[in-house]
Amino acid sequence: MSIDQSTAAKVAKLARIKVEDDALPALASEFNTILGFIEQLNEVDVDGVEPMVSVTPMRLKRREDVVTDGNQQDKVLANAPDAREGFFAVPKVVE
Amino acid sequence: MTELNTLGLAEARDLLRKGETTSVGLTEACLNAIENAGALNAFVHKTPEIAMERAQAADARIKAGDAPSMCGLPVGIKDLFCTKGVESQAASAILEGFKPEYESTVSQKLADAGAVMLGKLNMDEFAMGSSNETSTYGNVVNPWRRGNDDAPLTPGGSSGGSASAVAADLCLAATGTDTGGSIRQPAAFTGITGIKPTYGRCSRWGIIAFASSLDQAGPMTKSVRDAAIMLEAMCGHDPKDSTSADLAVPDFEVMLTGDIKGKKIGIPKEYRMEGMPAEIEQLWADGTEMLKAAGAEIVDISLPHTKYALPAYYVIAPAEASSNLARYDGVRYGHRAQLSQGDGITEMYEKTRAEGFGHEVQRRVMIGTYVLSAGFYDAYYNRARRVRTLIKKDFEDVFAQGIDAILTPATPSAAFGLGEMTDADPVQMYLNDVFTVTVNLAGLPGISVPAGLDKQGLPLGLQLIGRPWEEGDLLNTAYALESAAGFVAKAGKWW
Repeated sequence: MSIDQSTAAKVAKLARIKVEDDALPALASEFNTILGFIEQLNEVDVDGVEPMVSVTPMRLKRREDVVTDGNQQDKVLANAPDAREGFFAVPKVVE
Repeated sequence: MTELNTLGLAEARDLLRKGETTSVGLTEACLNAIENAGALNAFVHKTPEIAMERAQAADARIKAGDAPSMCGLPVGIKDLFCTKGVESQAASAILEGFKPEYESTVSQKLADAGAVMLGKLNMDEFAMGSSNETSTYGNVVNPWRRGNDDAPLTPGGSSGGSASAVAADLCLAATGTDTGGSIRQPAAFTGITGIKPTYGRCSRWGIIAFASSLDQAGPMTKSVRDAAIMLEAMCGHDPKDSTSADLAVPDFEVMLTGDIKGKKIGIPKEYRMEGMPAEIEQLWADGTEMLKAAGAEIVDISLPHTKYALPAYYVIAPAEASSNLARYDGVRYGHRAQLSQGDGITEMYEKTRAEGFGHEVQRRVMIGTYVLSAGFYDAYYNRARRVRTLIKKDFEDVFAQGIDAILTPATPSAAFGLGEMTDADPVQMYLNDVFTVTVNLAGLPGISVPAGLDKQGLPLGLQLIGRPWEEGDLLNTAYALESAAGFVAKAGKWW
């Protein structure tokens, strides 16, 4: 399978990473190198093999469905690039 | 008198307990060594105030006869661990200025055990790399050089700062993390010991996530005994990490008897790679002989899916990374791009992530996005997870045959020069992890032990792989190998 420039542009868009048009050919070529390497997996017979979900066979722990923390708005916002009036501020989303 | 910063954990601990040195003395020696080692670029955020405060508290506890296992021992912490109030940015520009409001479980456990934090250590950005050349702080330099050649060498990655700092005696030991070999490969490149425990031994809470089903923390130390001491302090169940194992943590240090009589050591034929340097081949044969001479039984084994471990890893790890790194959106922490007139939220995400992530991180996030995208999920991601099941079964089969541990080379070469791989395609760099990545995919414990020098005078390591949850037994086998190999060489000081 070969990735062309428009596929590379689509992947960049899905990943929300801005890639300039002139960088797309090199990006597509790198993808093809890596995917070419990955293609080796097609040699393996995986019929009837379950995809691994958890590497250690353990049952996840359960706990009571209760509040464990909270009331730390200042701490939550402390590292925000733009926090105003107790909220994260972002560019206008709704017209 | 030996300079205090050159001590290992066990020696320093014993001197502290005997009252022959102080934590303040040890800590000052390390802080001084760090100040004079700027050329290595290992420590990127120094915390001398925290260190001196903890050292004084440790000395008081020792005096009061209330010293926990690592009381007063100065260590470095990889930048991937969140440390309260101290920059923690995974060597990425996207987390510029990020100071967590909380402490990772592992670094908290070390603090509870009395360890003294000296500062944060350089690494590959988001732990993605094998040469420590993807860091926003710049390259880490290996204290080792090829003979008299002053060309700077890589310490390996991603825990390159940790490896360089321990090898250069800037600290007594350091934390690392290992997703595909990031503890064991740099340990081998710098002549130190590094263990990745069984998946689930160490809590991942507060460790900035790369690939959650593979990431594990572990110690990087000057000896196997030190690894046993520090690993015990780092691991244990944590309700805040749902994959952390609720199993008792044994006293690893008392398990170091050096007696491996009758242990079955597997030598996997698939690890004999085409084009492997003769010196690595020789080291492996020597290590096999050493274990045999110590009374172990050597068994030829087969791990048939080994070849497919790296390609499976380069689907699974980027897939998980693309999901984990989606949180860096310029809203909650770290960097946000300057926006132009009319830019909306999508432009904010795209510009922020383009500016904040380095090239390798962008590449892996996009590969991950691709293999998870509609139409390719089954062909790539599910297939890789099926292959992962087979890789784990390879190990289960040999353990069922009675194999106690598996001996392999740690890396396919000695440390290479910084910049030497710049023009290589990304896959060439990925091959560094060819011997280590299987262990992450199977969730097993693996340890790298320095075992010799190549003809250029660079350290080489051997890897031992153990049964799940049997780190104690694995450490003991590593201890026997360490004793037989008698590796004592240190990098000549030039920095």
